[in-house]
Amino acid sequence: MTKPEKTLMISPIQHGTVIDHITPGQGLTVISILGIARGTSETVTVACNVESSHGGRKDLVKIANRELVKEEVDKIALVAPDATISIIRDYQVVDKKLVETPDIISGVITCPNPNCITNTKEPVPTIFAAHSRGFRCRYCDTVISREHDIGNYI
Amino acid sequence: MTVNQKNILSVRDMEREEIDRLLSAAAEFDRGNGTGHELDGKILAVLFFEPSTRTRMSFSSAMMRLGGKILNLGSVEATSIAKGETLSDTIRVVSGYADAIVLRHPKEGAARLASEVATVPVINGGDGAGQHPSQTLLDLYTIRESMPLSNIDIGLQGDLRYGRTVHSLAFALSKYNNVRIHTIAPEGLDFPASLKADLSELGVELICHDAVEECLPELDVLYVTRLQRERFPDPVAFDSYASTYRITPELLEIAKPNMIVLHPLPRVDEIDPRVDSLPCAKYFEQAHNGVPVRMAMLNEVMKS
Repeated sequence: MTKPEKTLMISPIQHGTVIDHITPGQGLTVISILGIARGTSETVTVACNVESSHGGRKDLVKIANRELVKEEVDKIALVAPDATISIIRDYQVVDKKLVETPDIISGVITCPNPNCITNTKEPVPTIFAAHSRGFRCRYCDTVISREHDIGNYI
Repeated sequence: MTVNQKNILSVRDMEREEIDRLLSAAAEFDRGNGTGHELDGKILAVLFFEPSTRTRMSFSSAMMRLGGKILNLGSVEATSIAKGETLSDTIRVVSGYADAIVLRHPKEGAARLASEVATVPVINGGDGAGQHPSQTLLDLYTIRESMPLSNIDIGLQGDLRYGRTVHSLAFALSKYNNVRIHTIAPEGLDFPASLKADLSELGVELICHDAVEECLPELDVLYVTRLQRERFPDPVAFDSYASTYRITPELLEIAKPNMIVLHPLPRVDEIDPRVDSLPCAKYFEQAHNGVPVRMAMLNEVMKS
């Protein structure tokens, strides 16, 4: 029996950004972090639990006609620390980089402490600072440890 | 927040040198070495969104003893807060009325938020279960009046899970050398795991005990806090626990002669009133120390 020819599950994009090697199950959280979950003019493709060439499974996000900047993609590191970001122009990868966990994360994580001042009607974004065990709320000192699923607080 | 605006929000933010400087300044005021005119013409806004006796009155007393004046929020029900105004807006407005703000608020992080929108210094007078730096400084001051802050064994007894005073005190003591912290708390009311991890990272030796007798002979300081029935994991067991945790003159016979007993007050049944007349009972002195310590804090943030 001949081995079936390997085909691409997702079409390549002409221009835009490909976020690859996302931790399985975090693809939808990634587009939420990027603020493109709630209506966008770009074509967004999300693939979940696809086979990785490195073995195992991964999620994958492609955003056509939009090149993400570093500040945007670094937020992804919260839930997908191994993700890679490729910028595509004319079907060619012109830039490829790893995500880096930012020192300060503003307006992305909701503080899990219900008594934190950020969980009130005050007009203040949450601010979390990188900490040895995870991320610490600037206001109430609550730590979301890396063992927790940070995606639950995004 | 303006450039050079000096706030006192949390002992986490403070270096040991800053703490020592404030405690030394408090000692000067305590010994009557102030002029009484350090803050002449200055106004302190006292914004308390929660009930308080000692903190509110001692900040007011401290301001008056420095020659300054007090502007009180009054009852929350009679203010614009009752109309739905945000804390941020209240603070922005009050910044124009006073030279500094002392804030007590039920939400954790309220003082830090206030400091970000205020144009005058903000002192945290206690925020929810969070920070209460003036209490911590007066606790340290009271200990320092009896012994050096380094090389001591301190027992923390009572509700260590929700008690903000013991959290702040443990953090502050982590800045001093060779301080061993002994915790004595009912199951479920011990230090939160994240706090234990923080203290461990700071190199603090933390020893847990089931009963105070286990560590009492080693202690230089016994810091007792109130057990609250509503926070007890098993309300039925509260009464038997409360009697077990009671400090009595008989129990204190095994303590070192120079050990001191502290309590942030108000107390309920944790300390037998017969202890009050013993030389080790420093909790009323501790409450009185709130005035010179808060004088030092107010002078620090408002001095020219």
